[in-house]
Amino acid sequence: MQHKFKKLAPIVEWSTLLLSTGLVCFFLCVILYDIFTKGYQVLSWEFVSKLPTNGMTQGGILTPVIGTVFLTLITAIFSIPFGICCAIYLNEYAENTWLTRTIRASIRNLSGVPSIIYGLFGLALFVQALNFGTSILSAGLTLGLLSLPYIITTTEEALLRIPRSMREAALAVGATKFESIKDVVLPASLPGILTGIVLTLSRAAGETAPILFTGAAFYITNSFGNINQEFMALPYHLYMLSTQHQSIEEVRPIAYGTALVLIVVVFLMNLTAFYIRYKFRNNEK
Amino acid sequence: MQYKKRITIDKIAKIIFKSTGYLVLALLGGIFFMLLYNAIAFFLQVSPLDFITGSQWNPTAAEPAYGILPLIVSTSIVSLGAMLIAIPLGVGTAAFISEYANPKLKTVLKPTIEMLAAIPSVVIGFLGIVLLGPGIADLNNLPNGLNALNGAILLAIMALPTIITISEDAIHAVPQTYREASYGLGASRWQTLRKITIPAAAPGIIAAVMLGLGRAIGETMTVLMATGNAAIFPKGFFDSVKTITATIAIEMGEVPYQTTHYYALFAIAIVLFFMTLVANLIGEYFINRFRKYHAA
Repeated sequence: MQHKFKKLAPIVEWSTLLLSTGLVCFFLCVILYDIFTKGYQVLSWEFVSKLPTNGMTQGGILTPVIGTVFLTLITAIFSIPFGICCAIYLNEYAENTWLTRTIRASIRNLSGVPSIIYGLFGLALFVQALNFGTSILSAGLTLGLLSLPYIITTTEEALLRIPRSMREAALAVGATKFESIKDVVLPASLPGILTGIVLTLSRAAGETAPILFTGAAFYITNSFGNINQEFMALPYHLYMLSTQHQSIEEVRPIAYGTALVLIVVVFLMNLTAFYIRYKFRNNEK
Repeated sequence: MQYKKRITIDKIAKIIFKSTGYLVLALLGGIFFMLLYNAIAFFLQVSPLDFITGSQWNPTAAEPAYGILPLIVSTSIVSLGAMLIAIPLGVGTAAFISEYANPKLKTVLKPTIEMLAAIPSVVIGFLGIVLLGPGIADLNNLPNGLNALNGAILLAIMALPTIITISEDAIHAVPQTYREASYGLGASRWQTLRKITIPAAAPGIIAAVMLGLGRAIGETMTVLMATGNAAIFPKGFFDSVKTITATIAIEMGEVPYQTTHYYALFAIAIVLFFMTLVANLIGEYFINRFRKYHAA
């Protein structure tokens, strides 16, 4: 008996670890299976290319799709240059002073600030103080602020990988510091920066809480391209269809379809990022 | 290009880069002062003591009550419940990936965890409504499954990637010599893991848990959709709860600007801000301790 248990023990112990890993994978499988099987039934070209009709019980999700695309664009336009400049400052210019350390600490803390608080800040700053109103501009800028710490961190990691000798070589042939950054450091670190940007934007595209009071609308008619207007977005659309719609059961298939499209968009962006990273690593070897 | 012009461009560029660095500092300061300013406006109208000790949150009643206690208890039940589920699962998975899985399995498991992390919170909340909620209701004979348990399970799923990734790094960073010394004394693989590797990685694991907790406390959409949001004082996992984040999300959309109720939402937001800040700072402290310990 004693002997038998000794033989069995490692298997039991190993299985508990395997079981926890299995459970984690099981969670992911259940999530994907449920969304894919039920979302697939409504998914078609019409679904993504038609406007919502009949109080959103029929038709497609074109308006939220376009809203999310524009929203992510505004987020990108704001946060990418800002984030890259800040990362360049921290990695290339800043010396190790208390001020630099404070900036770094605040970046780390900003990435831990709950997204709903960014929403409140966007409401107070963009919607009210700067008077942009509840609009796609306010929401995009709010998401831009949320994305900043991630873009700064990933860009800095990419810049850190560039060997010092490359900068020194550029300076030695007479380039100014700015020229060495612009012509040598940035091109070399571009794949790493791109990976970070795409991952960050995929996260921003799926965010709901920051756009709740900064401009997302339950339903609007076709009004694309106007940055001062409210907009529909995929994550907000899913939230509305599953909790606030007057006939929740009736729109459930559309909600599943929206969830599927949202997940596919986010995963495709992630895949793009992994592809860039993978190619970059192969080139390095 | 002329030398002087190049130098000027260089100088301007430096100023631009530098100012963006300071702007980031201003951003955190701005968020904090925005919260503080509006919270002070609230405390001029409602006494802080009533706010902290009040056991009722009902700002729309004839006699409005602004007690944050039920909200804090709700947030705590949901996020601590999430940790009860996520810590054993997360550390177990991290140990499995780091100590038992072969390289081939690792290349499958790591992207799986990253995929789980990439799922938007609103999708997880949606599944809480359509899948987990009805499941909990059926199993326990409840009218609906939108309660603290539902939120805790979903938040556990959302905190898992953070906990697994950081714990795995920590367990992986424990020097191989520790394990070999333990094997040399005749300890089994399991004994080594439990008595040597995990204790040695403990600061990293604590950091992982704190960062996961910070994420759970600050999560909005999942709890907003899955916990029912009843304005009652919660007593257990089968009660509907209304967390701080959900309260802000629901009420900010309906409240007129610059009323007491409006300011009250900023007051609870600053409490939320500090709760997540403390969790993250503790996490960061332990990460630094772990790095120092293993760099030496």
